[in-house]
Amino acid sequence: MMKRAAWPIFGIILLGYPLIFSTPFQKRLGALVLLYAIGASAWNIVGGYAGLISVGHAVFFGCGAYGALASYKYLSLPPIGGLPIGVVVSIGIAAIVGIPTLRLSGHYFSMATIAVAELARLIVSNIDWLGGAQGLSGPPVPRTLLDLSFISALPYYYLFLGVLAAVLAFTRQMERGRLGYYLRAIHDSERAARSLGAPVSRCKLYAYLMSAALTAIAGALYAVMFGFVDPESGLGILISVKMLIMTALGGAGLLLGPLVGAAILVPLEELSNSFLGGVGAGVTFVVYGAIIVVIARLQPGGLVRPVLGALIERSDKVVRRPC
Amino acid sequence: MFSTLIQVIAGGLLLGAVYALFSSGLTLIWGMMNVINFAHGDFVMLGMYVAFVVWTVMGGGPAAAVPIAALALASLGIGCYFVLIRHIMRGPMLAQILGTFGLALLLRYSAFWYFGTSFRTLPETLVGGTLLIGPIRIESSRLLAGVVALVITACLHLILTRTALGSRMLAVAEDATAAELMGIRPDRMQAIAWGLAAGATGVAGALIANFFYVAPSVGETLAIVAFVTVSLGGFGSVPGALAAGLLIGIIESVSAYAIGAIYKDIVVYALFVLVLWLRPAGLMGNA
Repeated sequence: MMKRAAWPIFGIILLGYPLIFSTPFQKRLGALVLLYAIGASAWNIVGGYAGLISVGHAVFFGCGAYGALASYKYLSLPPIGGLPIGVVVSIGIAAIVGIPTLRLSGHYFSMATIAVAELARLIVSNIDWLGGAQGLSGPPVPRTLLDLSFISALPYYYLFLGVLAAVLAFTRQMERGRLGYYLRAIHDSERAARSLGAPVSRCKLYAYLMSAALTAIAGALYAVMFGFVDPESGLGILISVKMLIMTALGGAGLLLGPLVGAAILVPLEELSNSFLGGVGAGVTFVVYGAIIVVIARLQPGGLVRPVLGALIERSDKVVRRPC
Repeated sequence: MFSTLIQVIAGGLLLGAVYALFSSGLTLIWGMMNVINFAHGDFVMLGMYVAFVVWTVMGGGPAAAVPIAALALASLGIGCYFVLIRHIMRGPMLAQILGTFGLALLLRYSAFWYFGTSFRTLPETLVGGTLLIGPIRIESSRLLAGVVALVITACLHLILTRTALGSRMLAVAEDATAAELMGIRPDRMQAIAWGLAAGATGVAGALIANFFYVAPSVGETLAIVAFVTVSLGGFGSVPGALAAGLLIGIIESVSAYAIGAIYKDIVVYALFVLVLWLRPAGLMGNA
């Protein structure tokens, strides 16, 4: 793992980023990287540590986003006030869906999660009080500071940075705790873990619920920043795919993998969108697809892992830990 | 009322035959090498675009489009096998899912980029006319698609069960190392499996294009249809895929007729989730 001294430096870089890169575009970019990193880090708990490749996390993202904007619309709460509602709904759905789905292994699990997410998207598109296909909007003019509606991206940047730090601290705590060891054992061999007495089903469910709750937080923050959600932007398959891809690019099952992946892919997407305009969306995802194929083919462990391996090799040549 | 229902079921059966055709490709790949091709629906989408291009460039109908699409997609499938699948199939599961998912995005958004998002359709006159059998009206484009799809699915089944090639492929599916010791090249057999599977999607795509809109996004829905069909019929079974495909065609048509067209996808997806939850080995597969 990373040396102790590296953490403060890393923190200072993240805190100082908007002071150095201070154009509106760069600040917005930084905020988006952190937002996607929160979502991908949430995915990482299930997909990375437990090795259950969910392609349906958009459901939980959508819970957060719709929770925030629906509680503005019906309860006149500030959107961020809807966050707990979104999280609770998300955990509820994760429990109902998770218990039968988590029994499936490998590809079956992935396919089931896709189907559940697409089902959710289709159902929400037909529910009028959730805005149907048009979606929901946030407050057009900020009423109080609590609406968290700012023109500059700077407040969002620090808000997201704080949340990301909390999510990573939480993940690190889990990683080092009993659950983290169980999940890695399940990832390596579910049968072996079960035969050694690990409570496999319960651990998988806990990881799934935690991941769902954190993903809902990312969704609510998205809704707070953009003030709008529709079935495509809140529940579309690309949301799930992005979380998966960012984590896999950085390194699934590594604490900082999702952040590294987001820091590479979000600028790529934003730059190609702004340079190529309307056509850009198509080209962006062609590039996305190509990157994923290349990663899967050449470096399925992600980009962070070889770097870490080299660091460890240099730091303790005597005791070589298996990585 | 009764005759309308029969007509709906007949339409469902014909569409179901096409579902069975491209799903048997997915089931073949799964049975041979335990890889789920998440790009399968996008292969069908490309088959549809091949039919569209054949019509715009040379004004050809299905007689030209079907063989061209079959060849084009089979080459693409074999290419994908050698460039990508061969290297990821023994790797970690994340790599397999990423690899075929990446392929899906690459194909879908290349089509999006090149052809745009607008829905294209082939002229209805390309395979014109409707057939009247008693009170039932069937468009000839759908009839053609259903019949050709049935024939090709049957051929695929016969190749797998009645020919030396099929036996070799089964041997590789059973145990690639043992097959290699018997002088069969697993690589070549698996490449052929990808060629056959992708060729089947090409044929299916070129057939559907005659009565269905063509757009880059259709691959997503079709992929889920293929997943439903394969999971219902049991992974690795072509007859299972045929039975399940026909059943799903009927369920889809009847639910579109009974509760409205926008709900038909909801019914199919819900069915899929239920099948996976209750019987992951499929209705006909053995766990």
